[in-house]
Amino acid sequence: MNSQKKGVEQLVELNNVDMNFYKSNGLFKKPQELNALHNINFKIHKGEIVVVVGESGSGKSTLANVIAGLLNPTAGTYQFKGKEIHSMTKEEAKEYRNSIQIIQQDSYAALNPMRTMLKSLGDPMLIKKYATKDNLLEEVNKYLETVDLTPTDQFINKYPHQMSGGQRQRALIARALSMKPELILADEPVSMIDVSLRVSILNLLARLNEERTIAILYITHDLATARYVGRDGRIAVMYLGEIVETGNLQEVLSNPQHPYLQALLTAVPIPDPRLSRKRTELGLNGTELPDIANMPSGCRFHTRCMYCKEICKTKRPKPVQRGSSTVACHLVDELPKFELFKKEVRGD
Amino acid sequence: MQTAENILAPTQTQDVEPILKIRDLCVDYFLPNGILRAVNHVDLDVPAGKITGLVGESGSGKTTLTSAVLRTVSNPGKITNGSILFDGEDILSLSPKELREFRWREVAMVFQAAQNSLNPTMTIQEQFIETYLAHKKDMTNKEILDHVKKLLRAVRLDADRVLKAYPHEMSGGMKQRIMIAFAQLLEPEILFLDEPTTALDVITQDYIFKILKTVHEVKETTMVLSTHDIAVVANLCDYMVVMYGGNIVEFGNIFDMFEEPMHPYTQLLIHAAPSLVGDIQERVAIPGSAPDLMKERKGCIFADRCPIADDKCRQIEPESRTISTEHSVACHKAE
Repeated sequence: MNSQKKGVEQLVELNNVDMNFYKSNGLFKKPQELNALHNINFKIHKGEIVVVVGESGSGKSTLANVIAGLLNPTAGTYQFKGKEIHSMTKEEAKEYRNSIQIIQQDSYAALNPMRTMLKSLGDPMLIKKYATKDNLLEEVNKYLETVDLTPTDQFINKYPHQMSGGQRQRALIARALSMKPELILADEPVSMIDVSLRVSILNLLARLNEERTIAILYITHDLATARYVGRDGRIAVMYLGEIVETGNLQEVLSNPQHPYLQALLTAVPIPDPRLSRKRTELGLNGTELPDIANMPSGCRFHTRCMYCKEICKTKRPKPVQRGSSTVACHLVDELPKFELFKKEVRGD
Repeated sequence: MQTAENILAPTQTQDVEPILKIRDLCVDYFLPNGILRAVNHVDLDVPAGKITGLVGESGSGKTTLTSAVLRTVSNPGKITNGSILFDGEDILSLSPKELREFRWREVAMVFQAAQNSLNPTMTIQEQFIETYLAHKKDMTNKEILDHVKKLLRAVRLDADRVLKAYPHEMSGGMKQRIMIAFAQLLEPEILFLDEPTTALDVITQDYIFKILKTVHEVKETTMVLSTHDIAVVANLCDYMVVMYGGNIVEFGNIFDMFEEPMHPYTQLLIHAAPSLVGDIQERVAIPGSAPDLMKERKGCIFADRCPIADDKCRQIEPESRTISTEHSVACHKAE
């Protein structure tokens, strides 16, 4: 499904969204302003997979919280299905909340330890009247089956502590699905799961997206898993509250333009001892993120960018279109071509 | 320290002498509802001056095995069988005093979420001095600090800023680097790293591994890295050990292990790891779930999930066999 096609319904549209947090500095001082999101323009279409990538502190979870309606943006507009969320009627707001479901990172914390799967999954369905008391068991079984927690009668009466991390994550997905959402926000859903099981959870998300046209916003710092969920979807790379590069996932990853994304790519370990010994070196000055209370002027990445020039220190780069990607970098046309592997030893 | 029994060792390496020899090691946890065998008759030679990766899913016994080497297996766990030879001496027979000497000086460990290993009420400087003086008394505070500054520079930290700081003033990556500097303090022979980067993001992870690699190259410290991420092992290690359900199922040179994995579990593990390169469709998760270690063992521990298991696998536990000088596997089907 090509999400770029015209006429495809837009679910989420953020325009020039800013999100500031205020840190108290004592009674008589002005509170300090911390800018977590800056000038975000972001869309999610119906049935689309969008991956948001960035290191911790890049604002990716803040973005998810804004989209989920858990945070109120300081500036800019947020429309859900063409409606401004602050001017929604009560009914519309209810529908909006229901259409967005979250899959949390820590599945153990996200499930009530005192409740069996039947209760954890069943109660929301009863409240939302997606099931009645008579067909509840049947409905819960149906969702457990969808997420491959089979045989379902073995799982339906289990408590969270009786299940493995992968199984709990599946239960969370089932719970999200039972609300018949149009958008699932998955915030690092596999980072606490063993590598050997990650692919199966990622495949499950991709399958749900395909079969049920549920849009998925996948938030991660791991580009390798992003590839598995994202497939033909879009990617947005965030750095210090800004989107620095966005476009079709496959194309962006095979031809990264922004120096930050290039550095991120060289840091991902590759499960192949020969290939990984031919990697290009990480091109970054320093690993620590700048203090967000003291945001760098100009391009926010300039303090760590190895290509940094004078203009980068003073002027904020505007996003420009290059190929299928939108990149916010002054030097986008001057950068040397990026290679993931060292040239001289390539192809031996 | 080369002895005749080396020839029989299942995990022998030809050129590299082992620094640590684990023989027939069992660790049991005595739980109210039965005995859980976390490490089952493990034999392992850790090659000296190399980085060995210990791979396995959660519950495979990686952490228990490394804790056994440091003798930090905690109640209700007990080392019930075997020996751990370091420099010809059995660690399991050390007295409490000898053990204190042995830890940090000979073997150091960087734990998972090492951030929590620092004392929140002391500055970094005080903690370095305290640890040093607990083991050696041959330097003054000033000399110790000079030594520490060198170590901090090696992990690319600004010593002047860090030494006066409390742990909460630093980011996760910085604390992890401090722990690596800590582990170097008494210049141990072996450094155990248990999931040292799990809580960190990729850029910091990459940076920490570069530092470890440099430390390894400069000081020739033997390292054992436990992780569930096979990609990390591929990037950093010279040897790879694969654990499953408390058993070592395969050991070998990193290139052999990735190019010709013999054990079905190793093969599946390599196929399951998400990667930036290669075909997306090729990646398949391992079916089934981790074995119940409370049950009595019969046959191959992996037989339930193994795609090629037959009756023999379900009846007889496979012994570890040497395939080539630097490669051994415990599987009936491996040829």
